[in-house]
Amino acid sequence: MKNSGFVTGNEAVVLGALAGGAEMFFGYPITPATEILEGWVNAAREDKNLKYLQTEDEIAAGFAVVGAILAGKKAFTATAGVGNVLIQDPVSMAENERLPFVGIVTQRGGPSTGTVIYSQQEVNLTALGGNGDGLRIVYSASSVEESYLLTAKLFSTAWKFRFPTFLLTDGYLGKQRITISLSNPLKSYPASKILKEIPGKPTHIRNCYGSEAEFAKVLRRNISDYKALISKVSECEFFKATDASDIIVAHGSVAEASKAAVISLREGNVEAGLIRPITLRPLDCRGMFPYLKAAERIYIIESSFEQFARLVLYKMPEIADKTIKIFKPAEGFTPKEIEKTILERRK
Amino acid sequence: MKENDRFSMPDCFNLASKPSLFCPGCGQSMFLKHLGSVIDQQKIIDKITLAIDIGCSLLAWNYFDFDIIQTHHGRVVPTAVGYKMAREKRIIIAIMGDGGGYAIGLQSLLHAAFRNNPITTFVMNNTEYSMTGGQMAPTTMSKELTTTSPEGKEEKLFGGAFLGPELVRQAANSDAYIARASVSNPVILETIIKKAILAQTTGNFAFVEVLTICPTNWKTDVAGSFEFLGKMEKIYPVGEIIKNGRTKNK
Repeated sequence: MKNSGFVTGNEAVVLGALAGGAEMFFGYPITPATEILEGWVNAAREDKNLKYLQTEDEIAAGFAVVGAILAGKKAFTATAGVGNVLIQDPVSMAENERLPFVGIVTQRGGPSTGTVIYSQQEVNLTALGGNGDGLRIVYSASSVEESYLLTAKLFSTAWKFRFPTFLLTDGYLGKQRITISLSNPLKSYPASKILKEIPGKPTHIRNCYGSEAEFAKVLRRNISDYKALISKVSECEFFKATDASDIIVAHGSVAEASKAAVISLREGNVEAGLIRPITLRPLDCRGMFPYLKAAERIYIIESSFEQFARLVLYKMPEIADKTIKIFKPAEGFTPKEIEKTILERRK
Repeated sequence: MKENDRFSMPDCFNLASKPSLFCPGCGQSMFLKHLGSVIDQQKIIDKITLAIDIGCSLLAWNYFDFDIIQTHHGRVVPTAVGYKMAREKRIIIAIMGDGGGYAIGLQSLLHAAFRNNPITTFVMNNTEYSMTGGQMAPTTMSKELTTTSPEGKEEKLFGGAFLGPELVRQAANSDAYIARASVSNPVILETIIKKAILAQTTGNFAFVEVLTICPTNWKTDVAGSFEFLGKMEKIYPVGEIIKNGRTKNK
């Protein structure tokens, strides 16, 4: 593979999936995620070991991913918006049966068909969707290069810990084209057979149980396994946060704009900093909390209505009193706008 | 399966799962016995993976001595499609009820038939939703009583009998194998099961509707169950649904 490439965020996802050892893709076109399907189809033209199916809908795509995973292959899907609603059905099965489902969610505006390019409104559904106690791992990329690196990582995280694993991006990220490094620092964790194919010693996998007590035992084990992975999986970027009086907490594209705002605020002698969760679920609370505790003011900024803020404040209620919530559902933020807002709120 | 051995249960049965979870007299367990017999006769136990839907079919989650996966309602077909694409040498068999096949999962069934995905699929038609206690299904016949058609299924509002294989035939690739069988005739049933498996191993989609009995929800005894099945067979003709004259996609 080349060391660098002039690629879009969606193309970076395809390259990241290949670096992560993905073998199969199932999907249905939806803006702004479509180029991931197209990119995979083109990759499969060059490498005959790669397989794909453009399914009849996202439900079928998700269940085909589940079927391929049960057969021991690293398979994934990419979707957005109402397509994300439809994949909750297969993802819920993957949660129940602890299958390493991998999904890319290129966020668009909602509810409903909403808008087609940008939002951060798919946090709730991706992080907490499904019926029952959804246990998933959710990453959020803030750059094209990170779309590449995190997609590669998704497959290792999913297959190692056996929980459905997602990457959130958005259409602005997916469609911008820049030169990025294409080195993959992570050695890919291998897939393995889930159905063992040994007659006489059959593998029987179900998601429906006869008694509450029997099912509760399964769920207790899943919750315990999830708690144990938090310190191993959760990630956060700290940017000038050490001595910061004013800390922005943001993820994805908004965090990228916030970083530029922090640089500008620092030039104006405001001790600003940024904390950017790379995993929204689980959150790296242990890493974040000391900085947030020491800060005078905290700004949670997101292109949605209190979806990300709810995740953060639920886990760290102690910071709620000094937190200023800045929501622009379905709209983006410029660095200037963030800088101006913070200067106004500090008065 | 050996004559008079193990109460004539197929060798590929998982004895630990017996007695099974199916109601006494259930037609689906009759079908599963014939499926097991065919798997024994064909000596393909080491190649089979079974996928089952929600509804009564989920009761077979540990029925056999080979791998079984239980999926969501109406989603057994796309799961089988993904599995088969990943493990081309395995024989994947998908079983669903008339709700999974003809209501919630019809879209996936039709598209798998249309694409000619090499999987073998079975729909159990007992004219109602049994696991939930006997509600109206697409396959419920005109004037038939169910808990959601308490005065008899009104054809004007809900349609008459749903001819699944005939519909699937219209969408399916001309090489696909499409048939209807009944638990009333085990010889024909086993022949059709064999052909449906053979279709997959020669690279084609196979779909079989199996007419079956539900004494529990029909509230029938043995004679009454088979009398009702006889009525069904007049509306749902047993046999192979022949190619529809479309040009072969080759």
